[in-house]
Amino acid sequence: MHNLKKQVIVVGGGVAGMESAGLLAREGYAVTLFEKETYTGGHTSHWYHLFPDRRESRDIIKFLEERIDNSNLNLLTGLKVTTITKKHGFFLVYTEDGNEFKADAVILSTGFDLFNSSRKEEYGYGIYDNVISSADLETMFRAGEIKLANGKAPETVGFVHCVGSRDEKVGNLYCSKLCCVTAVKQAIEVREHLQDTKVFCFYMDMRMGGAYYEELYREAQEQWNVSFIRGKVSEVSEDIDNRLVIKSEDTLAGKPLKIHLDMLVLMAGMEMSEGGAKIAAASGLHTGQNRFFASADHHYGSNKSNVKGIFYAGTCTMPMNITETISHARAAVSDVIDYLEDRN
Amino acid sequence: MEKFGFAISKGRQIDYDANSRHIAAYISEREPSFRACIECGCCSGTCTTGNFTRFSLREMHILMKRGENKEVHDNIRKCMLCGKCILVCPRGVNTRNVVTLARQAFQIYESNAV
Repeated sequence: MHNLKKQVIVVGGGVAGMESAGLLAREGYAVTLFEKETYTGGHTSHWYHLFPDRRESRDIIKFLEERIDNSNLNLLTGLKVTTITKKHGFFLVYTEDGNEFKADAVILSTGFDLFNSSRKEEYGYGIYDNVISSADLETMFRAGEIKLANGKAPETVGFVHCVGSRDEKVGNLYCSKLCCVTAVKQAIEVREHLQDTKVFCFYMDMRMGGAYYEELYREAQEQWNVSFIRGKVSEVSEDIDNRLVIKSEDTLAGKPLKIHLDMLVLMAGMEMSEGGAKIAAASGLHTGQNRFFASADHHYGSNKSNVKGIFYAGTCTMPMNITETISHARAAVSDVIDYLEDRN
Repeated sequence: MEKFGFAISKGRQIDYDANSRHIAAYISEREPSFRACIECGCCSGTCTTGNFTRFSLREMHILMKRGENKEVHDNIRKCMLCGKCILVCPRGVNTRNVVTLARQAFQIYESNAV
């Protein structure tokens, strides 16, 4: 196996990193997978159910863990990569602890960070107890209990779409594209957990452009009686009884709207990860106006970077769902093999 | 002739061909962010004037873009220019300037008409 001599480093052990590292190891390459956390699976490992079929996220994690269970793969967790340099056709990957690792090719699968909702101060995240993020709600689902700060179950829950997405005020012009369908999924799940709770979604546009997303939207309306209000939430405050007061315009009714809610869930968007941004800056890798890694070609080179031999996989290039992330990771593997076997 | 109390109603349709969008053009030229509005309603949700009177900046935007200027003309002076709408606009529209320019445009075109 001549391939065993060739070494590939994969940076980031989320969905994209696990899939691409596992496949390269299966092909006989010596793969080192770096993960900054002490566990693999990235954001998916914290999630409860996935859209649109609402399967358990644990299923995906199990699939990926089996992928990386390979003797050609060396997993290094709790270790941050800082810089990548190219020297005489091979790569030196530096880690935070001062070590360097050599590789013939590198895949960056550094993923995304969830938008820090406290940056949208007018929504009161971190100020009011019962304003939570979509990720916080997933944690509650996992614990099997949706409750307010006072321990009671909410009777009314609102979802705010586009928090940190499509918003010039926070510097993110792009649509994170997963939040609409996630809000619909979570709205249904709140109704499943709490049969008598009323649920409202505040949206600018419902972007349900994926397989079976629109069907889920319809299910939320017909089966679960979720109310959809077209208007971006302007401000949130708290009344004397600790209930939240939400203000928006009901743009379809053409009137300003005020509603009291027990709990408000902010649909946090996706941003370029801090770690990825640092690697980009230190290694001369191009990023786009959206701050994600800029692919060499948007259409036929989305896995390629501006440095030959460094490739991208997954949400470090743009917001993607898990299906797209896995496909993108597989495409990265194909590009890496072409590069290592001189098939360019 | 016998009168049965019937009358021909004026159509409610936006007559895009007949309507003039000169007010919108005036604003658009001087404040290009006017074009970026996505009608999310964040401005009108936070608007103090809109909470008490029939005034929605979002509605003003779309009406001017469709050339339905009469309603805008009759309502645009209600704005107090407080600028809360600028703070919340996710598209970075300079909403206060849009209002100022709309008033200016009506003034200029009206004085020309006289």
